[in-house]
Amino acid sequence: MKRAAFTNRWLPILLLLPQMAIIVVFFYWPAWHALTSSFYLQDPFGFSETFVGFANYTSLWKSAPYARAASFTVVFSLLVTFLSLAIALLLAVKADKVIKGAKAYRTALMWVYAVAPPVAGVMGIILFNQSWGPLTRFLTMLGWDFKLGVNYYDTAFAMVLVSVWKQIPVNFIFFLSGLQSIPKSVREAALIDNRSASGRFWDITFPLLAPTGFFLLITNITYSLFDTFGVIDTLVKGEPGNNPMTLVYKVYVDGFRGNDMGGSSAQSVILMVLVLAMTIAQFRLVERRIHYT
Amino acid sequence: MQKPRLRLSTVLDHVILIIGSLFMMLPVLMLLQMTSMPDLVNMKNGPGLSFGSQLDDNFLKAMLKADGFAGANTGLNMLWNSLILGFGFAIGKIVLGMMAAYAIVYFRLRFASFAFWMIFTTLLLPLEVRILPSYEIVQKLGMLNTYQGLIVPLIASATATFFFRQYFRSIPEELVEAARIDGAGPVKFFFDILVPLSRTMVAAMFIIMFVYGWNQYLWPTMITTDEGMFTLVRGIKQITQMLEGNQIPEYGRANMLALIAILPPVLIVVFFQSWFVKGLTESDK
Repeated sequence: MKRAAFTNRWLPILLLLPQMAIIVVFFYWPAWHALTSSFYLQDPFGFSETFVGFANYTSLWKSAPYARAASFTVVFSLLVTFLSLAIALLLAVKADKVIKGAKAYRTALMWVYAVAPPVAGVMGIILFNQSWGPLTRFLTMLGWDFKLGVNYYDTAFAMVLVSVWKQIPVNFIFFLSGLQSIPKSVREAALIDNRSASGRFWDITFPLLAPTGFFLLITNITYSLFDTFGVIDTLVKGEPGNNPMTLVYKVYVDGFRGNDMGGSSAQSVILMVLVLAMTIAQFRLVERRIHYT
Repeated sequence: MQKPRLRLSTVLDHVILIIGSLFMMLPVLMLLQMTSMPDLVNMKNGPGLSFGSQLDDNFLKAMLKADGFAGANTGLNMLWNSLILGFGFAIGKIVLGMMAAYAIVYFRLRFASFAFWMIFTTLLLPLEVRILPSYEIVQKLGMLNTYQGLIVPLIASATATFFFRQYFRSIPEELVEAARIDGAGPVKFFFDILVPLSRTMVAAMFIIMFVYGWNQYLWPTMITTDEGMFTLVRGIKQITQMLEGNQIPEYGRANMLALIAILPPVLIVVFFQSWFVKGLTESDK
Protein backbone atom coordinates (compact mmCIF):
# COMPACT_ATOMS: atom_id res chain seq x y z
CA MET A 1 0.00 0.00 0.00
CA LYS A 2 1.10 3.55 -0.63
CA ARG A 3 2.02 5.69 2.34
CA ALA A 4 0.82 8.97 0.92
CA ALA A 5 -2.90 8.45 0.92
CA PHE A 6 -6.02 10.55 0.98
CA THR A 7 -8.00 10.42 4.20
CA ASN A 8 -11.42 11.14 2.79
CA ARG A 9 -13.99 9.00 4.59
CA TRP A 10 -16.91 8.52 2.23
CA LEU A 11 -15.30 8.79 -1.17
CA PRO A 12 -13.48 5.42 -1.14
CA ILE A 13 -16.65 3.68 0.02
CA LEU A 14 -18.54 5.32 -2.81
CA LEU A 15 -15.82 4.25 -5.25
CA LEU A 16 -15.89 0.65 -4.09
CA LEU A 17 -19.64 0.36 -3.84
CA PRO A 18 -20.54 -0.47 -7.49
CA GLN A 19 -17.90 -3.17 -7.78
CA MET A 20 -18.83 -4.65 -4.41
CA ALA A 21 -22.55 -4.66 -5.18
CA ILE A 22 -22.01 -6.48 -8.47
CA ILE A 23 -19.72 -9.15 -7.06
CA VAL A 24 -21.98 -9.78 -4.07
CA VAL A 25 -25.06 -10.24 -6.24
CA PHE A 26 -23.48 -11.99 -9.20
CA PHE A 27 -20.54 -13.79 -7.65
CA TYR A 28 -20.99 -14.61 -3.96
CA TRP A 29 -24.71 -15.21 -4.11
CA PRO A 30 -24.54 -17.72 -7.02
CA ALA A 31 -21.43 -19.41 -5.60
CA TRP A 32 -23.20 -19.83 -2.26
CA HIS A 33 -26.34 -20.98 -4.05
CA ALA A 34 -24.37 -23.67 -5.90
CA LEU A 35 -22.85 -24.85 -2.65
CA THR A 36 -26.16 -25.13 -0.78
CA SER A 37 -28.23 -26.60 -3.60
CA SER A 38 -25.61 -29.33 -4.07
CA PHE A 39 -26.94 -30.77 -0.78
CA TYR A 40 -30.55 -30.84 -1.94
CA LEU A 41 -32.56 -32.92 -4.37
CA GLN A 42 -35.02 -30.93 -6.48
CA ASP A 43 -38.11 -32.42 -8.05
CA PRO A 44 -38.13 -32.02 -11.85
CA PHE A 45 -40.64 -29.18 -11.81
CA GLY A 46 -38.80 -27.13 -9.22
CA PHE A 47 -41.62 -27.07 -6.68
CA SER A 48 -39.92 -28.69 -3.73
CA GLU A 49 -36.51 -29.78 -2.53
CA THR A 50 -35.31 -32.25 0.07
CA PHE A 51 -32.08 -32.18 2.01
CA VAL A 52 -30.03 -35.18 0.98
CA GLY A 53 -26.60 -34.44 2.50
CA PHE A 54 -23.77 -35.70 0.34
CA ALA A 55 -26.02 -37.95 -1.77
CA ASN A 56 -25.46 -35.85 -4.91
CA TYR A 57 -21.71 -36.23 -4.49
CA THR A 58 -21.78 -39.95 -3.81
CA SER A 59 -24.02 -40.60 -6.79
CA LEU A 60 -21.56 -38.65 -8.96
CA TRP A 61 -18.77 -40.77 -7.57
CA LYS A 62 -20.63 -43.91 -8.71
CA SER A 63 -21.90 -42.51 -12.00
CA ALA A 64 -20.34 -44.10 -15.08
CA PRO A 65 -21.11 -41.18 -17.46
CA TYR A 66 -19.47 -38.78 -15.00
CA ALA A 67 -16.37 -40.95 -14.75
CA ARG A 68 -16.28 -41.11 -18.55
CA ALA A 69 -16.56 -37.32 -18.85
CA ALA A 70 -13.92 -36.86 -16.15
CA SER A 71 -11.40 -39.14 -17.79
CA PHE A 72 -12.07 -37.59 -21.20
CA THR A 73 -11.53 -34.13 -19.68
CA VAL A 74 -8.16 -35.17 -18.26
CA VAL A 75 -6.91 -36.64 -21.55
CA PHE A 76 -8.37 -33.76 -23.57
CA SER A 77 -6.80 -31.08 -21.33
CA LEU A 78 -3.40 -32.74 -21.36
CA LEU A 79 -3.40 -33.14 -25.15
CA VAL A 80 -4.59 -29.60 -25.86
CA THR A 81 -2.15 -28.12 -23.35
CA PHE A 82 0.85 -30.09 -24.52
CA LEU A 83 0.26 -29.68 -28.26
CA SER A 84 -0.61 -25.99 -28.21
CA LEU A 85 2.36 -25.19 -25.95
CA ALA A 86 4.81 -27.23 -28.05
CA ILE A 87 3.69 -25.81 -31.41
CA ALA A 88 3.56 -22.25 -30.07
CA LEU A 89 7.04 -22.57 -28.56
CA LEU A 90 8.50 -23.80 -31.85
CA LEU A 91 6.86 -20.97 -33.78
CA ALA A 92 7.88 -18.34 -31.20
CA VAL A 93 11.53 -19.44 -31.29
CA LYS A 94 11.55 -19.21 -35.08
CA ALA A 95 9.65 -15.91 -35.16
CA ASP A 96 12.15 -14.49 -32.68
CA LYS A 97 15.04 -15.54 -34.94
CA VAL A 98 14.04 -14.41 -38.41
CA ILE A 99 14.59 -10.87 -39.55
CA LYS A 100 12.80 -10.76 -42.91
CA GLY A 101 9.02 -10.68 -42.61
CA ALA A 102 9.11 -10.91 -38.81
CA LYS A 103 6.16 -8.60 -38.36
CA ALA A 104 4.02 -10.34 -40.98
CA TYR A 105 4.65 -13.73 -39.38
CA ARG A 106 3.75 -12.38 -35.96
CA THR A 107 0.45 -10.96 -37.17
CA ALA A 108 -0.37 -14.15 -39.08
CA LEU A 109 0.30 -16.25 -36.00
CA MET A 110 -1.55 -14.16 -33.40
CA TRP A 111 -4.76 -12.87 -35.01
CA VAL A 112 -6.64 -16.12 -34.28
CA TYR A 113 -6.70 -14.95 -30.65
CA ALA A 114 -9.71 -12.84 -31.63
CA VAL A 115 -11.71 -15.70 -33.18
CA ALA A 116 -14.59 -16.84 -30.96
CA PRO A 117 -14.40 -20.56 -30.02
CA PRO A 118 -17.80 -21.46 -31.55
CA VAL A 119 -16.75 -19.89 -34.87
CA ALA A 120 -13.65 -22.09 -34.73
CA GLY A 121 -16.07 -24.97 -34.20
CA VAL A 122 -18.01 -24.00 -37.35
CA MET A 123 -14.77 -24.12 -39.34
CA GLY A 124 -14.18 -27.57 -37.87
CA ILE A 125 -17.60 -28.75 -39.03
CA ILE A 126 -16.83 -27.66 -42.59
CA LEU A 127 -13.29 -29.08 -42.58
CA PHE A 128 -14.62 -32.42 -41.36
CA ASN A 129 -17.77 -32.51 -43.53
CA GLN A 130 -18.64 -36.13 -44.23
CA SER A 131 -18.80 -35.94 -48.02
CA TRP A 132 -16.29 -33.26 -49.06
CA GLY A 133 -14.53 -31.87 -45.98
CA PRO A 134 -10.89 -31.22 -46.94
CA LEU A 135 -9.57 -32.86 -43.78
CA THR A 136 -11.96 -35.81 -44.11
CA ARG A 137 -10.67 -36.33 -47.65
CA PHE A 138 -7.08 -36.07 -46.52
CA LEU A 139 -7.62 -38.60 -43.71
CA THR A 140 -9.48 -40.93 -46.07
CA MET A 141 -6.43 -40.82 -48.33
CA LEU A 142 -4.42 -42.04 -45.36
CA GLY A 143 -6.92 -44.84 -44.84
CA TRP A 144 -8.79 -43.30 -41.89
CA ASP A 145 -12.55 -43.50 -42.35
CA PHE A 146 -13.30 -40.31 -40.42
CA LYS A 147 -16.84 -39.76 -39.03
CA LEU A 148 -17.38 -36.56 -37.06
CA GLY A 149 -20.22 -36.81 -34.53
CA VAL A 150 -20.62 -40.56 -35.04
CA ASN A 151 -17.36 -42.10 -33.95
CA TYR A 152 -16.31 -41.18 -30.39
CA TYR A 153 -12.58 -40.98 -31.09
CA ASP A 154 -12.97 -39.14 -34.39
CA THR A 155 -15.07 -36.46 -32.67
CA ALA A 156 -12.51 -36.24 -29.86
CA PHE A 157 -9.75 -35.81 -32.47
CA ALA A 158 -11.62 -32.92 -34.09
CA MET A 159 -12.22 -31.29 -30.68
CA VAL A 160 -8.52 -31.46 -29.82
CA LEU A 161 -7.42 -30.14 -33.21
CA VAL A 162 -9.78 -27.14 -33.20
CA SER A 163 -9.02 -26.32 -29.55
CA VAL A 164 -5.27 -26.43 -30.20
CA TRP A 165 -5.66 -24.15 -33.24
CA LYS A 166 -7.55 -21.65 -31.13
CA GLN A 167 -5.02 -21.71 -28.27
CA ILE A 168 -1.74 -21.42 -30.21
CA PRO A 169 -1.83 -17.57 -30.50
CA VAL A 170 -2.00 -16.86 -26.74
CA ASN A 171 0.91 -19.19 -26.06
CA PHE A 172 2.81 -17.76 -29.02
CA ILE A 173 2.42 -14.19 -27.72
CA PHE A 174 3.59 -15.10 -24.22
CA PHE A 175 6.53 -17.20 -25.41
CA LEU A 176 7.63 -14.49 -27.83
CA SER A 177 7.50 -11.80 -25.17
CA GLY A 178 9.38 -14.16 -22.84
CA LEU A 179 12.06 -14.71 -25.49
CA GLN A 180 12.40 -11.01 -26.18
CA SER A 181 12.95 -10.29 -22.50
CA ILE A 182 16.05 -12.50 -22.42
CA PRO A 183 18.94 -10.01 -22.18
CA LYS A 184 21.18 -9.62 -25.21
CA SER A 185 24.28 -10.19 -23.10
CA VAL A 186 23.03 -13.64 -22.08
CA ARG A 187 22.39 -14.55 -25.71
CA GLU A 188 25.82 -13.36 -26.79
CA ALA A 189 27.54 -15.24 -23.99
CA ALA A 190 25.63 -18.37 -24.98
CA LEU A 191 26.67 -17.88 -28.58
CA ILE A 192 30.33 -17.89 -27.59
CA ASP A 193 30.02 -20.85 -25.25
CA ASN A 194 27.91 -23.12 -27.38
CA ARG A 195 28.16 -23.54 -31.12
CA SER A 196 25.13 -25.73 -31.67
CA ALA A 197 21.78 -23.96 -31.92
CA SER A 198 19.79 -26.80 -30.38
CA GLY A 199 22.29 -27.03 -27.52
CA ARG A 200 21.88 -23.30 -26.88
CA PHE A 201 18.11 -23.70 -26.89
CA TRP A 202 17.94 -26.53 -24.35
CA ASP A 203 20.71 -25.20 -22.07
CA ILE A 204 19.91 -21.48 -22.03
CA THR A 205 16.64 -20.46 -23.67
CA PHE A 206 14.42 -23.26 -22.40
CA PRO A 207 15.30 -22.86 -18.68
CA LEU A 208 14.91 -19.08 -18.97
CA LEU A 209 11.46 -19.60 -20.48
CA ALA A 210 10.42 -22.07 -17.79
CA PRO A 211 8.61 -19.51 -15.60
CA THR A 212 6.53 -18.37 -18.61
CA GLY A 213 5.92 -22.04 -19.37
CA PHE A 214 4.70 -22.80 -15.84
CA PHE A 215 2.36 -19.87 -15.95
CA LEU A 216 1.05 -20.91 -19.38
CA LEU A 217 0.59 -24.49 -18.22
CA ILE A 218 -2.09 -23.45 -15.72
CA THR A 219 -3.64 -20.95 -18.15
CA ASN A 220 -3.89 -23.66 -20.80
CA ILE A 221 -5.44 -26.23 -18.49
CA THR A 222 -8.04 -23.63 -17.42
CA TYR A 223 -8.62 -22.82 -21.10
CA SER A 224 -9.18 -26.44 -22.06
CA LEU A 225 -11.56 -26.91 -19.13
CA PHE A 226 -13.74 -23.84 -19.65
CA ASP A 227 -13.20 -21.88 -22.85
CA THR A 228 -13.52 -24.90 -25.11
CA PHE A 229 -17.24 -25.01 -24.38
CA GLY A 230 -18.06 -23.18 -27.60
CA VAL A 231 -15.85 -25.47 -29.69
CA ILE A 232 -17.42 -28.61 -28.23
CA ASP A 233 -20.99 -27.36 -28.42
CA THR A 234 -20.72 -26.46 -32.11
CA LEU A 235 -18.77 -29.56 -33.11
CA VAL A 236 -21.41 -31.87 -31.65
CA LYS A 237 -24.10 -29.49 -32.98
CA GLY A 238 -25.72 -29.25 -29.55
CA GLU A 239 -26.45 -32.99 -29.54
CA PRO A 240 -24.14 -34.57 -27.00
CA GLY A 241 -25.47 -38.13 -27.55
CA ASN A 242 -22.59 -40.55 -27.29
CA ASN A 243 -20.03 -37.92 -28.16
CA PRO A 244 -17.20 -37.11 -25.79
CA MET A 245 -17.89 -34.21 -23.42
CA THR A 246 -15.90 -32.23 -20.90
CA LEU A 247 -16.96 -31.70 -17.28
CA VAL A 248 -18.06 -28.12 -17.90
CA TYR A 249 -20.20 -29.22 -20.82
CA LYS A 250 -21.75 -31.87 -18.57
CA VAL A 251 -22.65 -29.28 -15.92
CA TYR A 252 -24.55 -27.43 -18.62
CA VAL A 253 -26.20 -30.50 -20.15
CA ASP A 254 -27.30 -32.01 -16.80
CA GLY A 255 -28.46 -28.81 -15.22
CA PHE A 256 -29.88 -26.81 -18.09
CA ARG A 257 -31.24 -29.57 -20.28
CA GLY A 258 -31.75 -32.38 -17.77
CA ASN A 259 -33.05 -30.16 -14.95
CA ASP A 260 -30.97 -32.03 -12.38
CA MET A 261 -30.08 -28.96 -10.32
CA GLY A 262 -28.66 -30.80 -7.31
CA GLY A 263 -26.40 -33.05 -9.35
CA SER A 264 -25.31 -30.19 -11.56
CA SER A 265 -24.55 -28.00 -8.54
CA ALA A 266 -22.45 -30.76 -7.02
CA GLN A 267 -20.52 -30.90 -10.30
CA SER A 268 -20.07 -27.12 -10.16
CA VAL A 269 -18.69 -27.34 -6.63
CA ILE A 270 -16.20 -30.02 -7.66
CA LEU A 271 -15.05 -27.80 -10.54
CA MET A 272 -14.78 -24.83 -8.17
CA VAL A 273 -12.47 -26.76 -5.87
CA LEU A 274 -10.40 -27.88 -8.86
CA VAL A 275 -10.05 -24.36 -10.29
CA LEU A 276 -9.36 -22.90 -6.86
CA ALA A 277 -6.46 -25.31 -6.36
CA MET A 278 -5.04 -24.52 -9.80
CA THR A 279 -5.38 -20.76 -9.47
CA ILE A 280 -3.65 -20.77 -6.11
CA ALA A 281 -0.85 -22.78 -7.67
CA GLN A 282 -0.76 -20.22 -10.49
CA PHE A 283 -0.49 -17.25 -8.13
CA ARG A 284 2.38 -18.88 -6.32
CA LEU A 285 4.16 -19.52 -9.61
CA VAL A 286 3.61 -15.96 -10.75
CA GLU A 287 5.21 -14.78 -7.54
CA ARG A 288 8.16 -17.06 -8.21
CA ARG A 289 8.35 -15.71 -11.73
CA ILE A 290 9.00 -12.22 -10.43
CA HIS A 291 12.00 -13.54 -8.53
CA TYR A 292 13.36 -15.36 -11.56
CA THR A 293 13.44 -12.42 -13.94
CA MET B 1 33.44 -8.62 -50.33
CA GLN B 2 31.36 -11.30 -48.77
CA LYS B 3 28.25 -12.26 -50.62
CA PRO B 4 25.16 -12.77 -48.44
CA ARG B 5 24.71 -16.53 -48.38
CA LEU B 6 21.42 -18.28 -48.13
CA ARG B 7 21.83 -20.43 -45.08
CA LEU B 8 20.00 -23.71 -44.78
CA SER B 9 18.86 -23.07 -41.20
CA THR B 10 17.35 -19.69 -42.16
CA VAL B 11 15.43 -21.32 -44.99
CA LEU B 12 14.19 -23.97 -42.58
CA ASP B 13 13.04 -21.29 -40.12
CA HIS B 14 11.00 -19.62 -42.84
CA VAL B 15 9.52 -22.93 -43.97
CA ILE B 16 8.34 -23.69 -40.43
CA LEU B 17 6.89 -20.20 -40.01
CA ILE B 18 5.12 -20.36 -43.36
CA ILE B 19 3.59 -23.73 -42.51
CA GLY B 20 2.49 -22.35 -39.15
CA SER B 21 0.98 -19.24 -40.73
CA LEU B 22 -0.87 -21.31 -43.33
CA PHE B 23 -2.20 -23.57 -40.59
CA MET B 24 -3.68 -20.52 -38.87
CA MET B 25 -4.93 -18.74 -42.02
CA LEU B 26 -6.31 -21.48 -44.27
CA PRO B 27 -9.54 -22.25 -42.37
CA VAL B 28 -10.62 -18.61 -42.66
CA LEU B 29 -9.62 -18.33 -46.30
CA MET B 30 -11.75 -21.42 -46.84
CA LEU B 31 -14.77 -19.66 -45.30
CA LEU B 32 -14.13 -16.68 -47.56
CA GLN B 33 -13.84 -18.85 -50.68
CA MET B 34 -17.05 -20.74 -49.92
CA THR B 35 -19.04 -17.60 -49.29
CA SER B 36 -18.13 -16.37 -52.79
CA MET B 37 -19.63 -19.45 -54.46
CA PRO B 38 -23.26 -20.42 -55.19
CA ASP B 39 -24.74 -22.69 -52.51
CA LEU B 40 -25.33 -25.49 -55.02
CA VAL B 41 -21.63 -25.71 -55.86
CA ASN B 42 -20.73 -25.72 -52.18
CA MET B 43 -23.23 -28.46 -51.43
CA LYS B 44 -21.81 -30.69 -54.18
CA ASN B 45 -18.09 -30.04 -54.00
CA GLY B 46 -17.35 -28.21 -50.78
CA PRO B 47 -14.50 -25.72 -50.65
CA GLY B 48 -12.39 -25.37 -53.79
CA LEU B 49 -9.80 -23.13 -55.34
CA SER B 50 -11.91 -20.89 -57.57
CA PHE B 51 -13.32 -17.62 -56.37
CA GLY B 52 -16.92 -16.85 -57.32
CA SER B 53 -19.00 -13.70 -57.60
CA GLN B 54 -21.57 -14.22 -54.84
CA LEU B 55 -19.76 -12.17 -52.21
CA ASP B 56 -22.01 -9.09 -52.24
CA ASP B 57 -25.12 -11.23 -52.63
CA ASN B 58 -24.30 -13.32 -49.60
CA PHE B 59 -23.30 -10.26 -47.63
CA LEU B 60 -26.74 -8.73 -48.16
CA LYS B 61 -28.45 -12.02 -47.32
CA ALA B 62 -26.38 -12.45 -44.16
CA MET B 63 -27.09 -8.93 -43.00
CA LEU B 64 -30.79 -8.67 -43.80
CA LYS B 65 -32.31 -12.14 -43.90
CA ALA B 66 -33.68 -13.71 -40.73
CA ASP B 67 -34.86 -17.24 -40.16
CA GLY B 68 -36.50 -17.18 -36.76
CA PHE B 69 -40.23 -16.99 -36.08
CA ALA B 70 -40.07 -13.32 -35.24
CA GLY B 71 -37.68 -12.52 -38.05
CA ALA B 72 -35.56 -10.54 -35.62
CA ASN B 73 -32.22 -12.32 -35.88
CA THR B 74 -30.85 -10.62 -38.96
CA GLY B 75 -27.09 -10.27 -39.16
CA LEU B 76 -27.46 -6.52 -38.76
CA ASN B 77 -29.40 -6.89 -35.54
CA MET B 78 -26.97 -9.48 -34.15
CA LEU B 79 -24.06 -7.21 -35.07
CA TRP B 80 -25.69 -4.40 -33.11
CA ASN B 81 -26.16 -6.65 -30.07
CA SER B 82 -22.57 -7.85 -30.28
CA LEU B 83 -21.35 -4.25 -30.34
CA ILE B 84 -23.45 -3.42 -27.28
CA LEU B 85 -22.09 -6.45 -25.45
CA GLY B 86 -18.48 -5.73 -26.43
CA PHE B 87 -18.56 -2.02 -25.61
CA GLY B 88 -20.79 -2.38 -22.54
CA PHE B 89 -18.63 -5.10 -21.08
CA ALA B 90 -15.31 -3.35 -21.78
CA ILE B 91 -16.42 0.08 -20.58
CA GLY B 92 -18.19 -1.29 -17.50
CA LYS B 93 -15.22 -3.38 -16.54
CA ILE B 94 -12.72 -0.54 -16.98
CA VAL B 95 -14.79 2.10 -15.16
CA LEU B 96 -15.58 -0.14 -12.19
CA GLY B 97 -12.05 -1.49 -12.12
CA MET B 98 -10.41 1.94 -12.10
CA MET B 99 -12.75 3.23 -9.39
CA ALA B 100 -12.19 0.27 -7.11
CA ALA B 101 -8.44 0.18 -7.72
CA TYR B 102 -8.21 3.92 -6.96
CA ALA B 103 -10.01 3.41 -3.66
CA ILE B 104 -7.78 0.49 -2.70
CA VAL B 105 -4.43 2.04 -3.62
CA TYR B 106 -4.84 5.70 -2.70
CA PHE B 107 -7.10 5.78 0.36
CA ARG B 108 -6.63 4.84 3.96
CA LEU B 109 -9.50 2.48 4.60
CA ARG B 110 -10.32 0.62 7.76
CA PHE B 111 -11.68 -2.43 5.99
CA ALA B 112 -9.20 -2.20 3.10
CA SER B 113 -7.82 -5.71 3.41
CA PHE B 114 -11.30 -7.16 3.72
CA ALA B 115 -12.42 -5.36 0.55
CA PHE B 116 -9.24 -6.43 -1.17
CA TRP B 117 -9.78 -10.10 -0.42
CA MET B 118 -13.44 -9.95 -1.25
CA ILE B 119 -12.67 -8.51 -4.66
CA PHE B 120 -9.72 -10.72 -5.48
CA THR B 121 -11.40 -13.98 -4.57
CA THR B 122 -13.48 -13.42 -7.70
CA LEU B 123 -10.34 -13.99 -9.78
CA LEU B 124 -10.37 -17.58 -8.63
CA LEU B 125 -13.64 -18.79 -10.14
CA PRO B 126 -14.72 -18.25 -13.73
CA LEU B 127 -18.39 -17.69 -14.53
CA GLU B 128 -18.66 -21.16 -16.08
CA VAL B 129 -18.49 -22.97 -12.74
CA ARG B 130 -21.41 -21.02 -11.25
CA ILE B 131 -23.35 -20.71 -14.47
CA LEU B 132 -26.65 -22.30 -13.38
CA PRO B 133 -27.11 -20.45 -10.08
CA SER B 134 -26.15 -17.23 -11.89
CA TYR B 135 -28.88 -17.97 -14.40
CA GLU B 136 -31.43 -18.51 -11.62
CA ILE B 137 -30.52 -15.24 -9.96
CA VAL B 138 -30.75 -13.29 -13.19
CA GLN B 139 -34.11 -14.94 -13.74
CA LYS B 140 -35.28 -13.95 -10.25
CA LEU B 141 -34.23 -10.38 -10.89
CA GLY B 142 -36.26 -10.40 -14.12
CA MET B 143 -33.20 -9.69 -16.25
CA LEU B 144 -33.47 -12.49 -18.83
CA ASN B 145 -33.32 -11.18 -22.38
CA THR B 146 -32.06 -7.76 -21.33
CA TYR B 147 -28.74 -6.05 -21.98
CA GLN B 148 -28.16 -5.63 -18.22
CA GLY B 149 -28.66 -9.37 -17.70
CA LEU B 150 -26.24 -10.04 -20.53
CA ILE B 151 -23.49 -7.69 -19.43
CA VAL B 152 -23.54 -7.17 -15.64
CA PRO B 153 -22.97 -10.78 -14.45
CA LEU B 154 -20.00 -11.02 -16.81
CA ILE B 155 -18.48 -7.96 -15.14
CA ALA B 156 -18.58 -9.65 -11.72
CA SER B 157 -14.88 -10.46 -11.62
CA ALA B 158 -11.86 -8.42 -10.71
CA THR B 159 -9.48 -8.84 -13.65
CA ALA B 160 -9.53 -5.14 -14.52
CA THR B 161 -9.37 -4.08 -10.86
CA PHE B 162 -6.32 -6.24 -10.35
CA PHE B 163 -4.69 -4.87 -13.50
CA PHE B 164 -5.23 -1.22 -12.51
CA ARG B 165 -4.16 -1.87 -8.93
CA GLN B 166 -0.82 -3.19 -10.20
CA TYR B 167 -0.46 -0.20 -12.48
CA PHE B 168 -1.40 2.44 -9.89
CA ARG B 169 1.08 0.95 -7.46
CA SER B 170 3.86 1.36 -10.02
CA ILE B 171 3.20 5.11 -10.27
CA PRO B 172 5.72 7.04 -8.13
CA GLU B 173 4.37 8.26 -4.80
CA GLU B 174 5.92 11.68 -5.26
CA LEU B 175 3.21 12.41 -7.80
CA VAL B 176 0.35 12.23 -5.33
CA GLU B 177 2.39 14.12 -2.72
CA ALA B 178 3.10 16.91 -5.18
CA ALA B 179 -0.55 17.04 -6.15
CA ARG B 180 -1.58 17.34 -2.51
CA ILE B 181 0.90 20.10 -1.84
CA ASP B 182 -0.56 21.94 -4.82
CA GLY B 183 -3.94 21.60 -3.20
CA ALA B 184 -5.48 18.98 -5.48
CA GLY B 185 -8.19 16.89 -3.83
CA PRO B 186 -8.78 13.21 -4.56
CA VAL B 187 -11.30 13.88 -7.34
CA LYS B 188 -9.09 16.39 -9.11
CA PHE B 189 -6.06 14.11 -8.77
CA PHE B 190 -8.00 11.23 -10.29
CA PHE B 191 -9.34 13.07 -13.32
CA ASP B 192 -6.48 15.47 -14.00
CA ILE B 193 -3.49 13.26 -13.30
CA LEU B 194 -4.28 9.58 -12.90
CA VAL B 195 -6.68 9.13 -15.81
CA PRO B 196 -4.49 10.90 -18.41
CA LEU B 197 -1.50 8.96 -17.11
CA SER B 198 -3.33 5.63 -17.55
CA ARG B 199 -4.36 6.23 -21.19
CA THR B 200 -2.20 3.47 -22.69
CA MET B 201 -3.23 1.04 -19.97
CA VAL B 202 -6.89 1.82 -20.58
CA ALA B 203 -6.44 1.27 -24.32
CA ALA B 204 -4.69 -2.05 -23.76
CA MET B 205 -7.32 -3.19 -21.30
CA PHE B 206 -10.11 -2.04 -23.61
CA ILE B 207 -8.87 -4.24 -26.47
CA ILE B 208 -8.59 -7.34 -24.28
CA MET B 209 -11.99 -6.77 -22.69
CA PHE B 210 -13.79 -5.91 -25.92
CA VAL B 211 -12.59 -9.11 -27.57
CA TYR B 212 -13.47 -11.10 -24.46
CA GLY B 213 -16.97 -9.67 -24.26
CA TRP B 214 -17.65 -9.94 -27.98
CA ASN B 215 -16.61 -13.61 -27.99
CA GLN B 216 -18.81 -14.70 -25.07
CA TYR B 217 -20.88 -17.75 -25.97
CA LEU B 218 -22.14 -19.80 -23.02
CA TRP B 219 -23.63 -16.95 -21.01
CA PRO B 220 -25.49 -15.29 -23.93
CA THR B 221 -26.72 -18.73 -25.00
CA MET B 222 -28.37 -19.21 -21.62
CA ILE B 223 -29.57 -15.72 -20.95
CA THR B 224 -31.05 -14.74 -24.33
CA THR B 225 -33.89 -16.80 -25.76
CA ASP B 226 -35.47 -13.87 -27.58
CA GLU B 227 -34.06 -13.81 -31.13
CA GLY B 228 -33.95 -10.03 -31.11
CA MET B 229 -31.32 -10.24 -28.36
CA PHE B 230 -28.94 -12.70 -30.05
CA THR B 231 -25.33 -11.68 -30.54
CA LEU B 232 -23.39 -12.89 -33.59
CA VAL B 233 -21.40 -15.40 -31.58
CA ARG B 234 -24.53 -16.66 -29.84
CA GLY B 235 -26.25 -16.96 -33.24
CA ILE B 236 -23.58 -19.42 -34.42
CA LYS B 237 -25.75 -22.34 -33.39
CA GLN B 238 -28.42 -21.13 -35.79
CA ILE B 239 -25.74 -20.98 -38.46
CA THR B 240 -24.83 -24.62 -38.01
CA GLN B 241 -28.50 -25.56 -38.03
CA MET B 242 -28.85 -23.70 -41.32
CA LEU B 243 -26.26 -26.06 -42.71
CA GLU B 244 -28.17 -29.11 -41.53
CA GLY B 245 -31.81 -28.32 -42.00
CA ASN B 246 -32.38 -26.92 -45.46
CA GLN B 247 -32.74 -28.66 -48.79
CA ILE B 248 -29.77 -26.74 -50.09
CA PRO B 249 -27.65 -25.76 -47.08
CA GLU B 250 -26.96 -22.03 -47.15
CA TYR B 251 -23.18 -22.16 -46.90
CA GLY B 252 -22.80 -18.75 -48.50
CA ARG B 253 -24.89 -16.96 -45.92
CA ALA B 254 -23.70 -19.04 -42.95
CA ASN B 255 -20.02 -18.55 -43.70
CA MET B 256 -20.53 -14.86 -44.32
CA LEU B 257 -22.13 -14.55 -40.87
CA ALA B 258 -19.20 -16.42 -39.33
CA LEU B 259 -16.80 -14.01 -41.06
CA ILE B 260 -18.77 -10.98 -39.86
CA ALA B 261 -18.63 -12.43 -36.32
CA ILE B 262 -14.82 -12.59 -36.32
CA LEU B 263 -13.99 -9.47 -38.34
CA PRO B 264 -14.34 -6.66 -35.74
CA PRO B 265 -12.27 -8.29 -32.95
CA VAL B 266 -9.68 -9.51 -35.47
CA LEU B 267 -9.29 -6.02 -36.96
CA ILE B 268 -8.86 -4.51 -33.49
CA VAL B 269 -6.23 -7.06 -32.52
CA VAL B 270 -4.32 -6.65 -35.79
CA PHE B 271 -4.37 -2.84 -35.93
CA PHE B 272 -3.66 -2.22 -32.26
CA GLN B 273 -1.25 -5.11 -31.99
CA SER B 274 1.30 -3.50 -29.68
CA TRP B 275 -1.32 -2.30 -27.19
CA PHE B 276 -3.02 -5.66 -27.35
CA VAL B 277 0.17 -7.61 -26.65
CA LYS B 278 1.03 -5.21 -23.82
CA GLY B 279 -2.41 -5.60 -22.25
CA LEU B 280 -2.31 -9.36 -22.54
CA THR B 281 1.16 -10.00 -21.21
CA GLU B 282 0.93 -7.45 -18.42
CA SER B 283 -2.50 -8.40 -17.14
CA ASP B 284 -1.45 -12.06 -17.07
CA LYS B 285 -5.02 -13.19 -17.50
